[in-house]
Amino acid sequence: MDFELMINSFPKLLNAAVITLKLLSVSLIVGLFIGLLFAILRLNKNIFINRFAYGYSYLFRGTPLLVQIFIIYFGLGQIEYLRSTFMWVILKEPYWCAIIAFALNTGAYTSEILRSAFQTIKPGIIEAGQSLGIPNKIIFYKIQIPIAIRQSLPAYGNEIILMMKGTSLASTVTIMDLTGVAKYIISTTFKPIEVFIVAGGIYLFMTFIIHNVIKFLEKKYSFN
Amino acid sequence: MELLAFGDTGWGDELFRATLMTIAVSITAMLIGFSFAAIFTPLKLSKFKSLNIIANIYTTVIRGVPELLVIYLFFFGGSGAIMFVASMFGYNEYIEINAFVTGSFAIGIISGAYSTEVFRGAIQSIDKGQFEAARVLGFSKFKQFYKIILPQMLRLAIPNLSNVWQITLKDTSLISVTGLVEIMRQSYIAAGSTRDPLFFYSFAAVLYLLLTFLSMKLINKLEVKYSRGY
Repeated sequence: MDFELMINSFPKLLNAAVITLKLLSVSLIVGLFIGLLFAILRLNKNIFINRFAYGYSYLFRGTPLLVQIFIIYFGLGQIEYLRSTFMWVILKEPYWCAIIAFALNTGAYTSEILRSAFQTIKPGIIEAGQSLGIPNKIIFYKIQIPIAIRQSLPAYGNEIILMMKGTSLASTVTIMDLTGVAKYIISTTFKPIEVFIVAGGIYLFMTFIIHNVIKFLEKKYSFN
Repeated sequence: MELLAFGDTGWGDELFRATLMTIAVSITAMLIGFSFAAIFTPLKLSKFKSLNIIANIYTTVIRGVPELLVIYLFFFGGSGAIMFVASMFGYNEYIEINAFVTGSFAIGIISGAYSTEVFRGAIQSIDKGQFEAARVLGFSKFKQFYKIILPQMLRLAIPNLSNVWQITLKDTSLISVTGLVEIMRQSYIAAGSTRDPLFFYSFAAVLYLLLTFLSMKLINKLEVKYSRGY
């Protein structure tokens, strides 16, 4: 055991963890909106809209995240047309490509979580709202969405943790996140176990925090 | 389309072989995962606190740390660990383990942590009366498990195991960083030499979709088979 290396690499890895958290939070926020949008589309009665939303979630849940990042980072740059538009400003940065891939990926999973949450809302609750003369739009925003959010918290907590692990793939497109820096230190010192313990410890700590925050929220928003 | 031709002119046969490699790694990893689950599930359900803690550390660490980091640990640390064990037996030559073994073990350990949780959940949701009935009938411990608990456990576990299979299948794409030529690595090579990454990575996505689709069909059949009588 090389304890000196562990102590020396700790601040570097901690700095890199900030990048991991940035990637995570931005893609979660964007992904939540995408997820909500597609969950609503999934509940639409129009079969084409419905199928489109299903296809989106099937595509992104059925392929590895790594493929998605590579298509966006290496693949889209190949289209000449895109290079001439303002999109290119975003697509030439690995950081934004990674975020786009993560957001689309977590959006697909989130849409499934939210859809099943919407479907478990008892029709009686909506009927109660209607009989009180509340407009449908308000029923949706003030009744269905809050209930769906509470219903989906445990599953969404898992998704946050999965996404946090997913951000490690950013290191494959040259971003120096926690895993990227860990790999760099391993490949220069050839001390994989020490670095794994420190980097893994930081990841576990983040998992622990996320887990407890979700638990707290679940308690706060539970019926009783 | 000529990019996908078989033979020297296209990448069709290479990608076909890479797909077989992905399937081989996934199945190996899944089986390694099952053997880990076979060790850790009893530990999780054991009456002894210390055994519980060991199993909990395994599942928590593996499920809380990115797959890529675990793969790097095995990739860079694998031969070192093997050589260390070998040196205890007096063998001091350099040993290199190939990417297939490292990859399947890394993914296998990850998949094992998920399988452990699935099996634990399945056993815990079997009615207590079934265990008692098995004991009352005077079966040996071994028979109790194989004839009564295992078939019921499998029925409950299969839907969740199909999720674990999907995760494992998709995780194998990460082994490409170690140089094992599976779908992702082959697409990377093809994309590099033809300068057509969009086509090859999209094709890789199609291959993965095909694999997940076909395996879902197969697992659904299994599910029907194991829920006979329900």
